[in-house]
Amino acid sequence: MKIHQLSVFIENRPGHLIAPCRLLAEAGINIVALSLAETQKYGILRLIVRDWEKAKEVLGANGFRASVTEVLAVQVADRPGGLVEVLNPIVAAELNVEYMYAFATKLGDQAVPVFRFEDPDVALQALKTSSVAFVDTVELFSRLDRV
Amino acid sequence: MSDDSRFSPETAHSSGVRPGADFLPRAELRQLQTERLRQTVRIAYDKVPLFRDRLAEVGIAPNDVRTLDDLVRLPFITKTDLHDAYPFGLFAVPMGEVVRLHASSGTTGRQVLVPYTRADLEMWTEAMIRSLALFGVGRGDVVQNAYSYGLFTGGLGIHCAAEAIGATVVPVSAGNVERQITVMRDFGTTVICCTPSFFLQVVDRAQELGVDLRQLRVRVGVLGAEPWSEPMRLRIQQAAGIEAFDIYGLAEIVGPGVAGECSVHQGLHVLEDHFFPEIIDPASGRPLPDGEEGELVLTTLSKQAMPMLRYRTGDMTAICPGPCPCGRTLRRIRRISHRSDDLFIVRGVNVYPSQIESALLAVKGTLPHYQIVLTEQGDQERAEVQIEVTPEMFSDRIGVLAELEEKLTRKIGQAVGVHLDVRLVEPRTLVRSEGKARRILDQRHKVKTS
Repeated sequence: MKIHQLSVFIENRPGHLIAPCRLLAEAGINIVALSLAETQKYGILRLIVRDWEKAKEVLGANGFRASVTEVLAVQVADRPGGLVEVLNPIVAAELNVEYMYAFATKLGDQAVPVFRFEDPDVALQALKTSSVAFVDTVELFSRLDRV
Repeated sequence: MSDDSRFSPETAHSSGVRPGADFLPRAELRQLQTERLRQTVRIAYDKVPLFRDRLAEVGIAPNDVRTLDDLVRLPFITKTDLHDAYPFGLFAVPMGEVVRLHASSGTTGRQVLVPYTRADLEMWTEAMIRSLALFGVGRGDVVQNAYSYGLFTGGLGIHCAAEAIGATVVPVSAGNVERQITVMRDFGTTVICCTPSFFLQVVDRAQELGVDLRQLRVRVGVLGAEPWSEPMRLRIQQAAGIEAFDIYGLAEIVGPGVAGECSVHQGLHVLEDHFFPEIIDPASGRPLPDGEEGELVLTTLSKQAMPMLRYRTGDMTAICPGPCPCGRTLRRIRRISHRSDDLFIVRGVNVYPSQIESALLAVKGTLPHYQIVLTEQGDQERAEVQIEVTPEMFSDRIGVLAELEEKLTRKIGQAVGVHLDVRLVEPRTLVRSEGKARRILDQRHKVKTS
């Protein structure tokens, strides 16, 4: 159920965001979801790509500090209140969301937010019996292909 | 002067590694040093106008230098003197006798040209062979030489000696971290030679690539050419599963091989039969007793093409008191903790990069590459410590990084006694020179003139 996310350290200065993106472009790697967290001096670019191992290698070989984090992708109804329906069981399970962002594309009529919990396994276990519908990597990319 | 006691690379080669002058009784060593000093002063006076003028200024003739105690009467030579003499002003032999030229790395933008006669190269190789013996390096070792080849003395200095003792030399030169790791793994490297800061990059990258250096055959690190610290040495040993040895040298004297650490790891033995060490108070120039930290001053005892009398190295260290448990009679200096010109003053407080190093190690048990950038904005002086993010430091959570930044700022402030700004930067963005870390980037004057 877990999905690999790449996190890349970038300085918060002109020209620093484009460098890793250009490398991925040259390597033919498509970014399917991303978020950028920033402070005044630096930021963290978080990416979901199909071949995360290759992406990590390309970035590392070019001097970028990149790490891999396991996150959870969830299907939610693309209508008002859809996200709340997913957050409710998360709150009920007393899980803290470290951060979240959403896929740019929809899967069918569903939106796909990505959640970072402190421990994804604990979160999966806590939400096992809930209504939350997780998407695994295989499912995710095969359905993205069909979009 | 008798040269009988000098052992040649040939004898070293045929007998494995001969200890040479490493174990001479002190009285005998002193006798040898005295003879060589007198000859060096004579050559310097006769052949180099700068030395003749300097000695004349203080009213000393070559014959006045009879014992080692007379050395303190001679004036110092500084880096500025060498710059002023560029390119050939300090040559004591005609170019026809010079078989090689090197140059100091010139981080300040001005170079020093260093000539070697054939005998100088033999002496240098001998000194380096004895250094390799200190590190337990010999025939059967695969020596990956990641010091820069070229005008910098590190590359060829190690290369010639390692080859002379029959080790397998891999002249990979500096740079290209990935290639170093590949070579280390595929060629069965047992000895890696590079700067400590470069080796830390190798350690980090290997970790990212999933290569466990501790599982490889590499067992010895010959690390030098820049100031570093004991905690850093221990971290390198632990992370790479090697024994790390410090090697010291400078082009102005000969190159690497002036001093090296033995397996006791309590200081570096100075190859005193060729290089005579003194420690002085950098402010007053007065000699300091053993154990007290000051500036290292070196006099060459057997160099022909460019003899050097009382050269102020700018390197801060102390003579270790007492004999070394290893049995060598050569005196030891402590690891160079910093250079006298590394000192910078922020809002009236003296700061050395080594203080920042200890604070960095305390925070994450990792030693990132770092640089202190000094700038001036109006009448405000700013010092910013720029730190390259290591795998251990990085997190996908911004809060973790912010906390780290705050902790680094606090620890560095406590260590140096004045607030310095901290900025986390991307890997491999800080300036390096010949694989040497450049710890201070002073942009104060640039800002002023613009």
